[in-house]
Amino acid sequence: MMTETAQRDETPVLAIKDLRIQIGGLDVVDGVSLRADRGRILAVVGESGCGKSLTALSILRLLPKAARIAEGRIELEGTDLAHLPEKDLEDIRGNQASIIFQEPIASLNPLMRVGAQVEEALRLHRGLSHAEAQREALAMLVSVGIPDPQRRARQYPFELSGGMCQRVMIAAALICRPRLLIADEPTTALDVTIQAQILDLMKRLRDEVGTSIIIITHDMGVVAEMADDVAVMYGGRVVERGPVDTIFAAPAHPYTHLLLATVPRLDGHRKSALRTIEGIVPGVDQWPKGCRFRSRCPLATDVCARRPSLDPVDATGHAAACWHKDRLREIA
Amino acid sequence: MTNPGSTLLSVRDLKIHFPIRGSQGGVVKAVDGISFDIPSGRTVALVGESGCGKSTTAYGIIGLEPVTSGSIQFEGREIAHLDKQSRRALATDIQIVFQDPSAALNPKMAIGDSIGEPLVIQGWRRDERKQRVRELLDLVGLPEAYAERTPNALSGGQRQRVVIARALALSPKLLVLDEPVSALDVSIRSQILNLLMELQKELGLSYLFISHDLSVVRHLADDVIVMYLGTVVEEGGAEALFEAPQHPYTQALISAIPLPDPRAQRSRERIILKGDLPSPLNPPTGCPFVGRCPIRIEPCGTIRPSLQPVPSGTRAACLVRAPATLAA
Repeated sequence: MMTETAQRDETPVLAIKDLRIQIGGLDVVDGVSLRADRGRILAVVGESGCGKSLTALSILRLLPKAARIAEGRIELEGTDLAHLPEKDLEDIRGNQASIIFQEPIASLNPLMRVGAQVEEALRLHRGLSHAEAQREALAMLVSVGIPDPQRRARQYPFELSGGMCQRVMIAAALICRPRLLIADEPTTALDVTIQAQILDLMKRLRDEVGTSIIIITHDMGVVAEMADDVAVMYGGRVVERGPVDTIFAAPAHPYTHLLLATVPRLDGHRKSALRTIEGIVPGVDQWPKGCRFRSRCPLATDVCARRPSLDPVDATGHAAACWHKDRLREIA
Repeated sequence: MTNPGSTLLSVRDLKIHFPIRGSQGGVVKAVDGISFDIPSGRTVALVGESGCGKSTTAYGIIGLEPVTSGSIQFEGREIAHLDKQSRRALATDIQIVFQDPSAALNPKMAIGDSIGEPLVIQGWRRDERKQRVRELLDLVGLPEAYAERTPNALSGGQRQRVVIARALALSPKLLVLDEPVSALDVSIRSQILNLLMELQKELGLSYLFISHDLSVVRHLADDVIVMYLGTVVEEGGAEALFEAPQHPYTQALISAIPLPDPRAQRSRERIILKGDLPSPLNPPTGCPFVGRCPIRIEPCGTIRPSLQPVPSGTRAACLVRAPATLAA
């Protein structure tokens, strides 16, 4: 196993640097930097409106029309995707980097047989013949655990269950053996027993194909299950990042700390009052100046009106953007 | 308040079937012969995955789905087949809170009017209504001034408080909660769960709690009923059911929930089921779980197991784990 330092020195598969995304002049993603390392899983976690999905969409330049990248670099093995011409992006999507979404049925073409949808990237990017592509697609359907793949390949998405459709999406996303897979809430629409299957599959394929994975989720359980590294987002910014064990065992940002404490746990005390985070998630136009969590933070003081930088907590890559890291035990 | 512990609602052999139109015909047995009690002042949770029949059961109880057969008794009175008028009278005793508060509120109606609407239907006077709406807002932790606002001025969590206030307007004894926090942000869920626990204590309410989120269920519920394909596969006290689940489906369901603790999660034994839920149009003949069961034996394909007590304190419908049915 690689040591943590050796790991970090290597060029990352993806490096997002100071990304700013605007919608209608508002910074909905504000100075986000992330890195995905070879063969590792990075979880980006946060609540609705924190900017995690926009960040994910921006990597392959799939942002909705209203949103635009105002600043920053998105480097996939050194190539800056943020400023790449559209036609060059087409060579990258589905080939070097792929994305899967929350609603597999909505992401598949309803009028196209699922086998053909898995083959498409191969024919597009590898120039394989129909027969060759078909053979590889079938092998891929087998490896994502689709029973009776020959029959299934000829079916349309509506004939498959949600879990089965997500397997097809994963097969299509990984058929060209991309360096990076972006998974935006890939199991949120699925039942828990199916979620367990899909998460297990993603980890197995990471091991076999060596693909780096960025998983976007709001579920701390999914983070714990999947991630090697974690980035916690709030108000369009990364407020904390680090190795998964550190983030859960010793969070340094009050938001991370509280988020972990509010969730009822299978191994927690029953019927007790749960920890709460005061207030509501503010809308994009209502974020406070300075630290954006300060309107809900029990530790907030005047200094929080200035923006805290994402400073290292230790040498393992753990960093948090908070003026009051040393006072965390006050809310414990 | 009824005596704590006495049976408030009693469901016996409830079936809710949906005929399928078209040439092929057939029937979907969404709920297929389930029985359970809700004791006064307690929380009974119905859990299971999509299509298991948990929501249909709830809708049958509040009269939103017609009951095919079986009995539903509220305080000893049969309510499975009420006419419109009796159903309306029953609204003072049983109310429901749905998953998505935005869809449950009229976007053009002031919050106060939404909360007061059940009172209008029951013929309350205007000044009495106003007073009651104030009490209700206070009860769910919203400022009085919110009565004048419309839902779009409120956050998701605040809207769910409004929906809960409206459900409590007529002081019901039983509240059906259909995934009440699933549509809310994670940091807001605990606020609503705490509110529900406080209200239960304060008002002696009984809850029928429908959820797919077992961590939430374990936190709130006194009794848990696990459904699969329209039937109950295991039931029992929350403590016993989560501590020592006996049915292989319950075990898989609990083991599928990832713990928010990476170290514990890595050392945990996981059961990953193969395959999907079978189509309710074409359920297996024997045990409904037979197709995905890791411990099935030959008779499971033909014999439908009934609920039998197991030593750990729950009741399970499984020929292997609760084998009394073999002798029967």
